[in-house]
Amino acid sequence: MKYKSFLIKYGEIGVKGKNRYMFEDALMKQIRIALKEVEGKFFVSKELGRIYVDTDGDYDYEDTIDRLSKVFGIVGICPMVRIESKDYENLKKSVVEYVDEVYPDKNFTFKVDTRRADKSFPGTSESINADLGEVILNAFPEIRVNVRKPDVLIKVEIRTFINIYSLEIAGPGGMPIGTNGKAMLLLSGGIDSPVAGYMIAKRGVRVEAVYFHAPPYTSERAKRKVIELAEIVARYSGPINLHIINFTDIQLAIYENCPHEELTIIMRRYMMKIAERIAVENGDQALITGESIGQVASQTIQSLLTTDAAATLPVFRPLIGFDKQEIVEISEKIGTYETSIQPYEDCCTIFVAKHPVTKPALEGIERSEKSLKGKIEELLERALETKERILVKAK
Amino acid sequence: MDAYFDNSASTKVSEKAIDIMLKTMREDYANSSAKHIKGVDAEKYVKDAAETIAKTLKVKKSEIIFTSGGTESNNMALLGTAMAKKRLGKHIIISGIEHPAVYMPATFLAEEGFELTVLPVDKTGRVDLEVLKESIREDTILVSIMYVNNEIGAVEPVDEISKIIKSKNANTLFHVDAIQAYTKLRINPKTQGIDMLSASGHKFHGPKGVGFLYIDGNVKINPIIFGGGHQRGMRSGTLNTTGIAGMGVAAKEAYDEFDDRIEKIKSLKNFIMDELEKIDGAVLNTGRGDNFAPQIISVSFEDIRAEVLLHALEDRGIYVSSGSACSSNHPGISGTLKAVGIREDLLDATIRISLSELNNMDEAKYLIDNLKELLPLLRKFVRK
Repeated sequence: MKYKSFLIKYGEIGVKGKNRYMFEDALMKQIRIALKEVEGKFFVSKELGRIYVDTDGDYDYEDTIDRLSKVFGIVGICPMVRIESKDYENLKKSVVEYVDEVYPDKNFTFKVDTRRADKSFPGTSESINADLGEVILNAFPEIRVNVRKPDVLIKVEIRTFINIYSLEIAGPGGMPIGTNGKAMLLLSGGIDSPVAGYMIAKRGVRVEAVYFHAPPYTSERAKRKVIELAEIVARYSGPINLHIINFTDIQLAIYENCPHEELTIIMRRYMMKIAERIAVENGDQALITGESIGQVASQTIQSLLTTDAAATLPVFRPLIGFDKQEIVEISEKIGTYETSIQPYEDCCTIFVAKHPVTKPALEGIERSEKSLKGKIEELLERALETKERILVKAK
Repeated sequence: MDAYFDNSASTKVSEKAIDIMLKTMREDYANSSAKHIKGVDAEKYVKDAAETIAKTLKVKKSEIIFTSGGTESNNMALLGTAMAKKRLGKHIIISGIEHPAVYMPATFLAEEGFELTVLPVDKTGRVDLEVLKESIREDTILVSIMYVNNEIGAVEPVDEISKIIKSKNANTLFHVDAIQAYTKLRINPKTQGIDMLSASGHKFHGPKGVGFLYIDGNVKINPIIFGGGHQRGMRSGTLNTTGIAGMGVAAKEAYDEFDDRIEKIKSLKNFIMDELEKIDGAVLNTGRGDNFAPQIISVSFEDIRAEVLLHALEDRGIYVSSGSACSSNHPGISGTLKAVGIREDLLDATIRISLSELNNMDEAKYLIDNLKELLPLLRKFVRK
């Protein structure tokens, strides 16, 4: 037995009224992109409000499931056995074979649920349910019927072919990439920012990223680690445009001219400003950060207000109410955790003060920044001019 | 300009070594144990390499066992001795500045019921011979001490150590980790009383993944890798003819040109040390003279983080290491630097400059010029 098709279940996009076709098309496009890398021939189609992935010839089942389970918009993936013949006796035989193979342990209750889309097929859905239930009971005496709360719901779909399925593998949920605009992620090498990027991408937003590199204070390895993180996020979000900014001179200018305990917060504000410049140039509609209230000094509510004021675009902070442990759990699930915990210093920690301000006032910070006037503008322009850009693909 | 000063981590492979290695892959690729003529052809590379290396040490070629590198050689010396001698005793002595490839198997043995004594070292990294004398007991089966320390270049008094060992207990074996010493010093295990000696190919312009362990013909230790009985059962596994041939050629070149190479390295070391002494806030952890190897300079710079300096130099095409390349993979701080008691604030401020004869005076000057330029810049920006 081999699964020949997959029924793709999707959630929210089913309720979008007239926009529904747009969302479905976007989902089909993302499924096609995801399956491009998989061995085998796949056909993605829409039929009567459902999306099917059909295969032709040999293909890699495990890899197919793995890729599909990372496509945002998919709620469930049902592997189906396809029967080409529409002979009723053959259908009965096939259902029995299906149950035997998929459920080696027969101690369960079941129910058959037929969907007769091809109305030329003889009988009614109810009569087919009854007939198939009977052959299963006859073949396996230990199995029992339970129509109200069955352990196993065996679905039989009669369309151009007949499909039998009962398993459902969870998809990631969310909305298909490309249905909700574009945003710029401030990506560091830490645990939080890749998770934040994942979460916004999950809402259908195409994600770009910016990384602030500070050689010689941060190493080439730290940069490679960030690229690696982007490669993992790209498994879900699709290819990511990663912009790499050399931040050293700006950081040193802040260090030389501003109060030391305000270094981190002022640095964050300049990161926001640079991220916004690149975002606007690339038509992004928002910024994304991995901040969570109170996690560190630069993420107190006062600090967030101060960094927020540096940008005019909305700043999405999907982790704002999360505890560290909750963020770690997601990063483990999406596969970024192991890479994130590699110990390379990032530019936020190198000059950090022993006692950074935790309750900065915006006016005070702006006053401190005045001492950068006349120098910082040129440094900002230079940082943007020397920006490196890498298209990071899933790995 | 590119200036590679990380030769104690690994070296550029010699052209002659590359040539012979290509030949073992393109033409003489058969299994050296095969009975046919192609097997015999392949075996010749192994025999030649064993003979070459044996000559450099003035030992017999049957006393050379090829391994996958320095780490395996050290593991074999420690674990193989422990297995063979455990009925005679379970006491092992090492120094406090051994490479992890020695102290990790030693620690493993300690966990398995052996007793481990770790000898203290003085400020120059030399083991305390008095403590050694007191530590050797009737049940001491092995003393393992490195010849040249990989982080600061200290040369251990191997001759005196072996005399002390043999005078206290004639049955105690003496293993020397010579991974940073082989091709940098003239070594004669027979006259120096060394029973086992480890070396690694890629530290002297050979390829990675190959090394050897010299085992005196009268010494019996157990193998630690079992299989088809290669190398008289001492180290099973199809012989790495490619690596062995390359290492053999590199060893021959090194000892053929020994005097010229060492003289060149020494003059570079002296120049760099002279210049470093003139730099404010530079503290040399390496000395001159015969108590230190010619190729290693360990230097600390006050108020500088070694890793930042390393990356700043890298940006100018200069490659050094912070601590040793092996220990800098771990965030932990160098064991040797702590053991020799350098100032707490300098532990994290220490780089290693390691030379080979491929370096030249222009590169050395380039290094010094860049240090002079970068150090004040980096000192301006320190963590407050």
